Amino acid sequence: MGLLDAKLDKGGAIISKVDDLFNWARLSSLWPMGFGLACCAIEMIATNCSNYDLERFGIFPRSSPRQSDVMIVAGTVTFKMADRVRRLYEQMPEPRYVLSMGSCSNCGGPYWEHGYHVVKGVDRVIPVDVYVPGCPPRPEALIGGLMKIQELIRTESIQTKKHSQPGLTPPKADFEATNEMPPQIKQQSEAKELAAAEATV
Amino acid sequence: MQPQKLTPPEIHAILSTEFGDAISALDAAEPMPSITIVDKAQWPSIAYLMREDPRLKFNYMACHSGVDYNDAAGTLGTVQNLESLGIHGHKMAIKIKCTKAENEIPSVAEVWRTADWHEREAYDLFGIVFTGHPDLRRILCPEDWEGFPLRKDYKVQEMYHGIKVPY
Ligand code: SF4
Repeated sequence: MGLLDAKLDKGGAIISKVDDLFNWARLSSLWPMGFGLACCAIEMIATNCSNYDLERFGIFPRSSPRQSDVMIVAGTVTFKMADRVRRLYEQMPEPRYVLSMGSCSNCGGPYWEHGYHVVKGVDRVIPVDVYVPGCPPRPEALIGGLMKIQELIRTESIQTKKHSQPGLTPPKADFEATNEMPPQIKQQSEAKELAAAEATV
Repeated sequence: MQPQKLTPPEIHAILSTEFGDAISALDAAEPMPSITIVDKAQWPSIAYLMREDPRLKFNYMACHSGVDYNDAAGTLGTVQNLESLGIHGHKMAIKIKCTKAENEIPSVAEVWRTADWHEREAYDLFGIVFTGHPDLRRILCPEDWEGFPLRKDYKVQEMYHGIKVPY
């Protein structure tokens, strides 16, 4: 889009579309959530560090979902983690983007057949915008994926809502059920509450 | 007392004078000589003796594994590798068996703290119940997971929290 390349020789004023301005601002400061799930996370960390220096794209990890725009799912998503990933995704403010990094989060990776505990693709839990193949993908590939997200943002308009396409809404079917504590835990926490109440009496 | 590395037959002799028929004959096959505990109820007392007897001093549980023997009787079991670390330096493996129907083995989490999480793991993946364990919950799989994944007859569940499980 080249806003920065445009020469500011007309009295420091820029004429642009609101869409372009918004998109430029968004794509130039993609803040991913700082979390990694398995070996792919090592490559993601390497990409963040000085050799590959993601900050030159305005990308640097945030430690809270509330402050992040991108979720890089870097690694193996287990079923135990899937609930948490979904929860984190729902805590992110819109517009939000998901990059699935590596074979594991794309499709289950090496665990696709016998890995009873691995979700066979994080897109079964949350909608994914960009898939980066590899086991693990090299930092260049991850940067390529992030630039694909920038491309996506570049074509957006404030008039259309992101993820309005059918099939891209997160599968929420059992979300209520997942909020329910498992019976053993429930019993234990009730017992603890009871003990605490008795202790105060 | 001087540290003295005992041979497997010597270790077996000490245990069998104390506990007689509660333990099996020595299986001296290298690299892991082992003794099977026949009378499971005695296992915690045997474990305490192994830890405390000045000649034995097994102060370290190096490994604790669950096994599915995959036979008609549905035998499960554990193999517990014990070591006298930094004292005598000898090692011994203890095997204890149970079945899928009667899946109880006494816990030794009180004797070796290592056994705490390892027994939870064997419970999680093989469904062996360690009686007397202070906190026997699943440790790796989610709390509400169905079945015991490392049993040979394990079939993965279809759905988990609205997510399809098989590929
Ligand atoms: S895709 Fe490969 S490198 Fe990445 S988390 Fe899976 S196994 Fe590890």
